[in-house]
Amino acid sequence: MWAMQTKENPYLPEPMRLIRRYPLTDDVHFFQVRAVDMERALSLEYRPGQFMMVSIPGVGEAPFSISSTPSRPGLLEFGIRRVGRITDKIFDLKENSIIGVRGPYGNGFPMEKMKGQDLIIVVGGLGAVPLRSLLLYALDNRDYFGNVYLMYGAKTPKDMLFRKEFLNFTQREDLTCLLTVDEDNTGKWTENTGLVTQLFNKVTDIDPENTTVCVCGPPVMYKFVVAELLKLKIPKHQILMTLERRMKCGVGKCGHCIIGGYIYTCVEGPVFSYWDVIHMKGLI
Amino acid sequence: MRAVKLKKEDLSSFLECSQYFGEIWGPQKKGDRYVLEATEDMSKLDFSALRTTLPFKKLLAPPKFSMFKFNKNGYMEQLDQIPSRVIVGLHPCDIHALLIMDEFFAKNHIDPYYMERRRRTAFIGFSCLPDEKCFCYATKTDSVEEGFDLFFTDLGKIYLIWVGSSLGDDMVRHCPHIIDEDIGNEDLQKYIQWRKHRSAKFKNDVDLTGMPDIMELSQDSPIWEEEGEKCLSCGACTIVCPTCPCYNVYDEIKMGELEGDRVRKWDSCLFKEYSMVAGNHNFREARAERLRLRFTHKLQAFVGQFGKPACTGCGRCIETCPVDIDIKTVAQRLQLEEVKV
Repeated sequence: MWAMQTKENPYLPEPMRLIRRYPLTDDVHFFQVRAVDMERALSLEYRPGQFMMVSIPGVGEAPFSISSTPSRPGLLEFGIRRVGRITDKIFDLKENSIIGVRGPYGNGFPMEKMKGQDLIIVVGGLGAVPLRSLLLYALDNRDYFGNVYLMYGAKTPKDMLFRKEFLNFTQREDLTCLLTVDEDNTGKWTENTGLVTQLFNKVTDIDPENTTVCVCGPPVMYKFVVAELLKLKIPKHQILMTLERRMKCGVGKCGHCIIGGYIYTCVEGPVFSYWDVIHMKGLI
Repeated sequence: MRAVKLKKEDLSSFLECSQYFGEIWGPQKKGDRYVLEATEDMSKLDFSALRTTLPFKKLLAPPKFSMFKFNKNGYMEQLDQIPSRVIVGLHPCDIHALLIMDEFFAKNHIDPYYMERRRRTAFIGFSCLPDEKCFCYATKTDSVEEGFDLFFTDLGKIYLIWVGSSLGDDMVRHCPHIIDEDIGNEDLQKYIQWRKHRSAKFKNDVDLTGMPDIMELSQDSPIWEEEGEKCLSCGACTIVCPTCPCYNVYDEIKMGELEGDRVRKWDSCLFKEYSMVAGNHNFREARAERLRLRFTHKLQAFVGQFGKPACTGCGRCIETCPVDIDIKTVAQRLQLEEVKV
């Protein structure tokens, strides 16, 4: 609905330049891109939780969550895990190469509704990529929100995406930044150890009726996190999660991301509430 | 609506005359089936055809085409070279399918490939008499008031022609020497009789009233397992379906060069890879789940979205399925089963 159509042909990628790239972990790299057309780069609007389609000529196209925040215009950032043909080619790209990108697509987080509420961000593993967009947005617009919590669980310190950035956030007074690892194999980890669900007893200062929770992580995580959130008395429609599906078009046509026979994840998602999960079959 | 008439023996002349508006495509007999093909020889057209194997969607959203070309300098759009066409012999169910496709491809993001072909195509409907596979009476698509440029009803010696659009009006005015503007009471009586005759031909063997609710409550029904057990995942039903729009997108590259096409090709929700994501996780691993998805989309989903089912009762999937999975029978089984709430 708010996704901007940049050209008459929504399928045509626009050229963007790869500005910077570096590893976040062994198999997840950070990619920073900017539209070649500077005016376009600065006017590109999106919201946290949306995604873009990235093209590699001759290999194909795939959807990737945006990891940057619209509050810092000009650059788009992605965290991409090397898992297949297209990501193999993306990993071969050198800085300053031109790639094809189109979007943004999807509903994203309902920022207007979340304004004025307490915010809890719950992350497992690669879920840090889309939720970093929301976190940075909240920090850049700190007065839009009440209390803000980040809870992020990774396997080991080495597997934590944006580790340095998030460790710095533990110093902030306007954010409760709770980081945890299943297991510390470095001996230097100063934050929590254990599952992300064990951090919930540290959420002490929220007004549940007035709190939005945004969750993204591996499928196995949702059940346990949702159980904790229900204990905190967060309303089901204020528990939001962002989901993954196969996508070939991004514009509600090709059908691959369809759920329950009629929900096109790329248009009506990828952000759904826990209430949606209960009443639409097959979401998670 | 404006109506005119045409003597039956003048049909070929009329169609020859209509070539002015584009290449004529219509049903032609091939073996024991009918196919939708182009022709310059109007005697090849056979309007006794009830359904062509592939519906008109093959012309508006072709089975495979290049969306754009790419080379080392970037992507280049390919919207040219779409010919003007006149599709003749569409039945009411086809025209309803056209309206559904229009709604689908013009919603959210307008699909320029469909819309451009749509814009360059004229649609001439033809009346039909149903066979035992037709169930358009149940999907409420047995008659049409809009969506066509012209609609021909066979009244014995003449065709009564409804003029449905400005383009249709241009088409009848283009060959004034054979078009008769004078519709009399006798013609009208014949038309009313014909409609009664046609209505009586339907075997009212399935009722889809309440189907969306039944589908909603039947998601866990064992019927899906049973029908899924038969399904070969061949995707034939989706290929012949006039309202199945799903497609895959991939790059075709020329040997040895960084040059090629981004290709769009029909895909089927019944194929195993359809819902597979990175890391080989499959959201619809089981055949039963994929079959249920297709039926949900046809019998439930569009009712919420567009106020009508996406199935037009054309009978193509019933005719084509190699293992006789029949959408009518599945609907009836779901209606009769004990529903767990």
